[in-house]
Parts: sequence; structure tokens; C-alpha cells
Amino acid sequence: MKWMKKILSLIITLFVVSLVTFFAFRVIPGDSAIAKLGLEASEEQIEALREQMGLNDNLLVQYGRFLSGAVQGDFGESTQYNVPVSSLIADRFPVTAWLAALSFLLIVVISLPLGILASKKENGIIDRGITLLTQTLMAIPSFFLGIIIMLVFGVILKWFAPGDYVKPSENFGQFLSYMIFPALAVSIPKIAMMVKFLKTSVLRELRLDYVRTAKSKGQTKNVILYRHVLKNALMPVITFLGMITAESLAGSIVVEQVFNLPGMGRLLVTAIFNRDYPVVQAAVLYIAAIVVLINFGVDVLYRKVDPRIA
Amino acid sequence: MKRSKSILLFLLLSLTIALSGCGGDTKGNKGDNKESGNGTPIEDDTTAESNKTPVYGGSVIVGIQNDLDSLDPHKAKSAGTREVLFNMFEGLVKPDKDGNLVPAVAKDVIISKDGKTLSFPLRENVKFHNGAFVTVDDVIYSIKRCAGLLETSDPEVKVERALSCITSVEEYKTEDGKLGVQIKLNEANNDVVGYLTCAIIPKGYDQMSTKPVGTGPFKFVSYTPLQNLVMEKNPDYYVEGLPYLDQVTFKVSANTDSAMMALLAGNIDVYPYLTAEQANQLKDTYNIKKGAMNLVQGLYLNNAVEPFNNKLVRQAMCYAIDRQMILDMVADGNGTIVGTPIFPQFKKYYAAELADQYAYNVQKAKDLLSEAGYPNGFSFTITVPSNYQFHVDTAQVIVELLKQVGIDTKIQLVEWETWVNDVYAGRNYQSTIVGLDANMTPSNVCFRYVSTDPKNFINYSNPKYDEIYAKAIVEIDDNKKIEYYKQLQQLLSEDAASVYIQDAANIVALNKKLAGYEFYPLYVQDMSLVHYVE
Repeated sequence: MKWMKKILSLIITLFVVSLVTFFAFRVIPGDSAIAKLGLEASEEQIEALREQMGLNDNLLVQYGRFLSGAVQGDFGESTQYNVPVSSLIADRFPVTAWLAALSFLLIVVISLPLGILASKKENGIIDRGITLLTQTLMAIPSFFLGIIIMLVFGVILKWFAPGDYVKPSENFGQFLSYMIFPALAVSIPKIAMMVKFLKTSVLRELRLDYVRTAKSKGQTKNVILYRHVLKNALMPVITFLGMITAESLAGSIVVEQVFNLPGMGRLLVTAIFNRDYPVVQAAVLYIAAIVVLINFGVDVLYRKVDPRIA
Repeated sequence: MKRSKSILLFLLLSLTIALSGCGGDTKGNKGDNKESGNGTPIEDDTTAESNKTPVYGGSVIVGIQNDLDSLDPHKAKSAGTREVLFNMFEGLVKPDKDGNLVPAVAKDVIISKDGKTLSFPLRENVKFHNGAFVTVDDVIYSIKRCAGLLETSDPEVKVERALSCITSVEEYKTEDGKLGVQIKLNEANNDVVGYLTCAIIPKGYDQMSTKPVGTGPFKFVSYTPLQNLVMEKNPDYYVEGLPYLDQVTFKVSANTDSAMMALLAGNIDVYPYLTAEQANQLKDTYNIKKGAMNLVQGLYLNNAVEPFNNKLVRQAMCYAIDRQMILDMVADGNGTIVGTPIFPQFKKYYAAELADQYAYNVQKAKDLLSEAGYPNGFSFTITVPSNYQFHVDTAQVIVELLKQVGIDTKIQLVEWETWVNDVYAGRNYQSTIVGLDANMTPSNVCFRYVSTDPKNFINYSNPKYDEIYAKAIVEIDDNKKIEYYKQLQQLLSEDAASVYIQDAANIVALNKKLAGYEFYPLYVQDMSLVHYVE
């Protein structure tokens, strides 16, 4: 029953999102036929292309056509590239997925120990140092961070070749070693946020009654922290991690631009710019689906971590 | 009775843009009132390279700023795409670096006395990249496709309006029995030859958008959207000794910042359209070459709306805008000030003297405004496409300049497609800043000022202009033609149709081991001449 409900809400969300994007893009100025033909095209040419693209049909007919295709997994052809939208997305998705996976790994591996360390020694020198660092890193916009990373690791240290992205199918090792750097740009501000989040969350738990009880039972600090407190403190952190993952799977638009990665974010931006409606629609739906699915995943995790949630 | 003349001698378009001349121009008008002092002027260091011996082979990476909009040359719309495809495709004729049209797939161009029949004997040894020889049928098909004369037409093909005067394209035999193609026109029009640069492609080939096949010096290898286009040497190219390089990769950069990083790290060999600032950063590690963009950046005024429907106001605007200041502020003094929509590389058609027609003069501007009934100025909006930082910067300078004559200017940034829709197609704007480019025929610039032209987005209207334009198009005598085009420019200048600002500088960074990069009088990145040197 629960599952049915979830799936139903996923379908409704996707439907609403598709409806909104479809009509939003019909309202904003710009026309895919003109976008494709350029400035010098004559009225007749534009009209002929509009006719071929089906842009002259009633909006509801157009939406119905899109919907019936989408249900069967067919999002049509990109108006700019003349290839099926699904293949465009299939090509871009691994890039974004790898970037998201690497960023996730970096975030978890770095922020969990740091957050715990900071909360253990509250107001100690380490905590203060970490706080200062996180405040600073949180404030740096990711495009700037990306440029700094490229400058330091690419131009000065020459650890990687900026702009020289290699497809995973060509040379996986080289691909990964390139992806580490954009992943850093994505994860550093998030790590900073996570550390702060985790610390606050742990400290809040430490002040609760059950900690006092455990203390009076004579349990050691570490046992209290790792056995009891951390489990509870992780709840909000999981939500946060879910949000971050959804965000990076949707395509780190800015970082992809800076590092010249052909991922989902860049595809979406380019498609909007070219009024490539089929691609925009599919990409927005994909993002919506990712967000809904991840939230669903977070729900499941909640239940695992906290049996109180039925 | 036909009179054969080599196209090199005869044709219209000897827009001799000798590289030296062009570099000299740009240097000439800088430095005088340059006081901002931010950055040293860009020097063009190209002298040493020509003495070195070219080496065959090797590969280069060329950075481009926008993804390609189509691989089919007849569907490509942007200048950025055409300049890349230039390396894979050729027409009956093609432009050379001096702006002349030279025979390409055709061996020669023969224009009949009445100017209504164009004959093109074909070269016999031209092969497509797929190995097939170019036939008369292929040529007829290609021209008809460009001119919209095929029975079933693909609406994505950009039908060339200037080719609409073609009535027939047919096979013909030369006196010595060789095959060729003959094009008949409904009226004399030698501008048409300038449009026969349209690519020759195999008849009926339907995979042009994914696996393009042409006759150019390079052939297609692969294309990955948002990433790159790879092409390799065409071993069958009919020009002996060309190209030099084995492989060329055009790599798409998401933005100039990431391109700069790739340049600083040495991962791009050729990168055009740098700003003066960027070029200064790169001048130690790259050869910096300087040419012209071949477009006219202007503050285009909508002649049909208040207050720009008043000629006096438009003239006042021209006087009030200090174009040298704009060059200094936005391009470190690089660029060429112009006074007409025709840019300097048109050489014989270009009316250079008009650049000084409206020399910066605040008092005159104020007087004209008073005369027009705006003694206290007015306020208006400049709509600027936000993706062109260069135009946005220019708008900001203009705002400050116009303040001095009491005009209050607002800048409205719009996204490119919105600009196309509202400003260009909808003509719903007061003024806008863009750069307008053209192919090598002056009519390609001047047509848009004809009052009835659908692309006359500035709503310029002058019956005298329309009359002269109609004469200019059909004129066969070159001297008269030049005279007509000069008159047209004179009219636009007198009417102050818009504020023509400059032909911006094109600054290119080139790997120090490379030579042979040439500037063309139109958008072209010719890689066939580029080579490594010892």
C-alpha cells in the first residue's frame, strides 16, 4: 500500500512537472523553428519548418503527442542535433553520475570524521579551526572554486589538463583522474556545510536526557557518541545528503560549465538556449524523477535507521 | 557570344584584405587618446614565422566558443558553425584570404555578356570524401537544394534568398567537350556568384547531419555534441600540397573562463576571438595574431518609434557617442571605427571617409536635440543580447556618454533567442547593440535597409535608397556598382540610420610552433594552410 502511494505520487509529480515545463516553454519568447533557421530565414521557410516540427498544432495536441511518446520512453528527436533525445541523455548521464558518485564519496569520507571531531572537542582549537575553514569554504561560489582548482592543479601543478576531458569509454583511468577535480569543486562547499550540520546535530543530541542517563550508567564518552548519539544525529544528515545527491545527479550546471564536462547540466543549459524543447522537457523530467526517487530512498533509509518511523 | 574572364580579375569581390593592411589599420587608430593605460597594446607577432619551412603532419586543437548548430552545410546558421565547416566543404567557388572568389569545384567562371547566364566548367579530378567523383548531377542537386528549387525540399535547409533569381541549373558542354554546369538568371546579377560558395554535396545523400561528406581539404571523422568535431586530412584533395595537418579537432568550450584555463595549460593550439585582456595574459606562451571580426557593431535604432523616428535625434545620437572612447574602454583601443554598415574588408565598396562624418561633438548633439524638440533630452532603452559581453560593455559606455547630453539610457539584457524573437523578428524595441556580419557581397549588408525588406529590423525607409539599391543589384559594370554602393552608404550616413560603431578586432592565440594562420574577410578558420614549423 505504502509503495503504491509512493509510486502514484511519483507519477503525479512527473506529470505536473511535464505539464509546467511544456507550457512554460511555450510562453517564454523564442521559437525552435527560428532558433534552428537563424536570422536570415524567410517567413515561408520558418512556417514550413514549424509545420514539420508540429509547432502549428493545437497546444493540447502537442502536449498529448509528447505525453504519449514519453510514456513509451520516446522523447522524440533533439531539434538541434537530429538524434534521439534518449541517446543524448544516455551519453551525458554517465558523466553526471560519475561526478555525483565521486562527490558523494568525497563528502562522506571527509565530512563525517571532521564533523565528529569538531563536535567532540567543542570550542577546542581544532573545532575553531574547522569552523573557520567551513565558514570560508561555504562562502566560495562553486564557479570561482572551480576556476581556482583549475588554476592550481591544472595550470600551476599540472596534475591534470584543464579542458582535456576524456570519455570513460576511451580511457577510464584518465577519465577518473580528470573527474576528481570537478568533484572537488562540487564537494568542497558541501563538505563544509555537512561538517557544520553534523556538528550542530551531534551537539544537540548530546544535550538530551538519554545522554545523561547513559552517562550516569557509567558508559564511556565514545560508546555514547558512536552507539547512541550518532545514530540519532544522522537523521537530519541523511536528509541533507539526499538533497546534495539529488542536486549533483541533476547536473552540477556551474561546475560542468567551468570544467567543460559534457554532462546533464550543460545539456540542459544548451538546450534551453537553443529552444530545443524535446531535450529540455526530457532533461527536466529526468531531474524531477531523480529528486523524487532520492527522496524515496531517503525515506527508506530513515526507516532503517530509526525503527520508530513506521 | 560569351566573354570569358577569370574570376580573379573580374569579379566584384576583390576585397583585398591584405593582412598587413588590416593590421596597420587597427594599429593606426589606437594609442592617440589612450589614457586608461590598462594593459599594453597587443602586438601582432607574425613576421618571423614565414621564413621557417613548413612541416607536414601533426594535429591541432582549435577552441571554439559555441557548439555547432548543424553538420549539414546547407543547414548551418551561425557564423561559428560556417567557419568550421569551411574546412570540409567547398562550393563551385570559394573565397580566398584576400577576399577574392577563386574557382573550387568549378574550374572557371564564365559570365555571359548580358549577365544572365553563368557557366561553370567543372574540375575533373574532384572527389568527395566517400571516394566518388563529383558529377554534374551532384552540383545541380547542391545548388538547387541551396536555392530551394528541389521538388521535395527539406524545411531545415536554409534557402539562400539571393539565389532566388536562378531560373534553371543545367548541364552543359564546353567547346572542348568537357562537362560543366550552366546557371540561368531572371535578371543580370553578378552578386550571385558570391553565393555559389554554397557547398557541393553528393546528390540525395541523407546522412549529412550525422556523417557529412564534402570535397574540402579535411574530411569528417567524428562529432560529439557539446564536445568536439574531429576531422582528418583529405588525401585526395585536388590542391597540391594542401592541407598540411593530419588532424584537426574543433573543441567546444563551455565558456571563455574554461577556455582560458585550457589555453594557460597549453591544451588548445588555436583560439580566436580573445579579448585584449585575455590576449595580454597569453602573449608570452602563444603567438598573438590580430585581424578583424568582419562585422559592424552598431547601436541600431528603431527608425519607426519615438524618438528615433526623428532624423535630428538620430544625428544627435551619432554626435554624442564617442566611438574612440568605446574602443578604448571595451577593447583596449583595438578595433576599427566605421561610419557605415559595410565593414572595411569590403575595400572598394567601403566608404572609409564616412567614419568621420559624425565626429564626437557634445555641443552639436545638444543643438540637434533642441532643434528636434528635446532640449532636456529624453530617456530610452537599449536592448542587448546578454550572451555578448562585448556588446553589454559597449552599452555601459554609451549610457555614460549619453548622460552628458541629457539622455537617460536604460540597458535591458535579454537572452539571445528573446532578442531574435522580440527585436529582430518582432521589431519591438527602441534600440539595440549587435554586430552584423555578411558574406562577401555588399548587397548582403545593404539589403536590410530596403524599406520593404522583411529583415529591415531597424525600419529604415527612404525611397531614394530603395531606388539606388535596385540599380546596384543588377549593375554589371564594376565601377558603377561601386558608385551605387557608395551612394547607399552616403544616404545611410546622412539619415543617421543608426550609430555605426566599429569593426571589432579579432585576436587569435596560436601555438608558437604553428604558422600559416590567415585572416579572411569573412568568418573562416582555414586550417588547410596552418602547419607546424621546424
